[in-house]
Amino acid sequence: MNPIDPSDLQAVWLTLKLASVTTFLLLLIATPLAWWLAHSRKWYKGLVSALVALPLVLPPTVLGFYLLLLMGPHGVVGELTSALNLGRLPFTFTGLVIGSVLFSMPFAVQPIQNAFEAIGKRPLEVAATLRAGMWDRFISVALPLARPGFFTAIILAFAHTVGEFGVVLMLGGNIPGETRVLSVAIYSHVEAMEYGAAHWLAGGMVLFSFIVLLALYFAGGKSWRVAR
Amino acid sequence: MSQIRAHFKLQLESFALDATFSAPAAGVTALFGPSGSGKTTLLRCIAGLERAAGSLQVDGETWQDENTFVATHKRPLGYVFQEASLFPHLSVRANLEYGFRRIAPTERKVRPDQVVEWLGLSRLIERNDPAQLSGGERQRVAIGRALLTSPRILLMDEPLSALDTASKQDILPYLERLHRELKMPVLYVSHALDEVARLGDHLVLLEQGRVIASGALHETLARLDLPTAHFDDAGAVIEATVAQQDEKYQLTRVDFAGGHLWVGKLGQPSGTRVRARVLARDVSIATQAPQGSSINNILNARIEEIRDEGADKVIVRMMVGESHVLLSRITRRSCDMLCLTVGMDVYAQVKSVALMS
Repeated sequence: MNPIDPSDLQAVWLTLKLASVTTFLLLLIATPLAWWLAHSRKWYKGLVSALVALPLVLPPTVLGFYLLLLMGPHGVVGELTSALNLGRLPFTFTGLVIGSVLFSMPFAVQPIQNAFEAIGKRPLEVAATLRAGMWDRFISVALPLARPGFFTAIILAFAHTVGEFGVVLMLGGNIPGETRVLSVAIYSHVEAMEYGAAHWLAGGMVLFSFIVLLALYFAGGKSWRVAR
Repeated sequence: MSQIRAHFKLQLESFALDATFSAPAAGVTALFGPSGSGKTTLLRCIAGLERAAGSLQVDGETWQDENTFVATHKRPLGYVFQEASLFPHLSVRANLEYGFRRIAPTERKVRPDQVVEWLGLSRLIERNDPAQLSGGERQRVAIGRALLTSPRILLMDEPLSALDTASKQDILPYLERLHRELKMPVLYVSHALDEVARLGDHLVLLEQGRVIASGALHETLARLDLPTAHFDDAGAVIEATVAQQDEKYQLTRVDFAGGHLWVGKLGQPSGTRVRARVLARDVSIATQAPQGSSINNILNARIEEIRDEGADKVIVRMMVGESHVLLSRITRRSCDMLCLTVGMDVYAQVKSVALMS
């Protein structure tokens, strides 16, 4: 028996695509959000922090359920996408991306926010006295100093998306090539008593997760020693 | 003459700054006061790192007033922080040249090779990790980094206070040299009177967020109405010139208008300007020319002012010649027994002199 059939390869490919797109979007969203959370003194900062952290404590099915309602034909987002002729989001790849971005948000925001906070104000002030404007300071000082935080964020967001199941199931179902990602494929194999195929995919996931965590630990030791 | 004119009002949680001063935009202006007096906050306001209400003109340019607030990165200033704060992700050279690369080539009046030479950085510049430098070395790189933006004014916030005594002694000669060779105005924050006396030309005295005095260093240090005259290491500063070497006794005579002082042998050639600091506790007073005294330096002086200091001491301000001041701290008993009064001609016996450059 061929251990991996083409539909499983398709699921692997779809999973990697979903994780890559999600991670990329998360970097775009999480970086300014983390910067704001690290530097703002507004009273509603705590509110935003709590909202960002919510997926950490919620069961994925809860998040998936509400997203399904929101994006469904009677949801606010659903009505909007219909009005804009974009069709419906549930049971599409785009819908999955939106769910994944929200679900993995804290895994991207928090490491970057911690890294920005650890830099403190001083290096940015020094750069300002050395004629660096705001963007220049961000790019030449804040980003390189926060590099370990970005590395952690990328790995965590990617890995977390690869491993997600509940949101996908609620929001995307099990459509091959569109929403059937690895975790769902494993579930289907087990349902169908195809333990061999499930083993190949599940074993691969174990190996992948282990390598990711290993990389994370090695990267953690390489952060900057901050000189006074 | 060009000036720095500053007025700032800032209300923080635990502290209020309400400081007004003007100082010549030349030489070293020391911002001096106890911790918590607002020196650093004032310096940060001048740099635009702190946003206070008020106004600031430097060298005829308005950096801040009611309608203007020039952002820090647009102010032609250099800032040396208490901790060197080198960028840990950049090499020593990249740290040095960070600001240099960000100014227009036509504005680059200070060159990297000059800074390397002035601050003795040739052995450090090829190092990749600034964290491996010693505290004194890091601070020298930080000073060089600030100088390389060719600033119109250099702000220094207690650049020596985070260093141990040895590193301090290591870096002071560099500061003095910069002061002599670069005609760049410096605002120097410090809470160490000896540093201020050594480096300053102009003194701005702060207390609880207010400026209580501002003036030429030697005049201000000699004012008995200010707290500086009552520090344990209070004293007068005399600018003098190397005049004569005594090879036999290994002494050097330094002259100033109104007298001279014999000091331990100096290496500098005749004609070199030196700054001497004479502490009030090292000066005693005699009403008659002392006979058979071991003290080398006895100066003719006239008493200008006498002020009580605690229950048992007085501090006496004297003029030596037309323009030089000496302070002397003596017991009240001696003062009464010698019947010292203002206007009296006396002999000031100087037990020790600290030469500072």
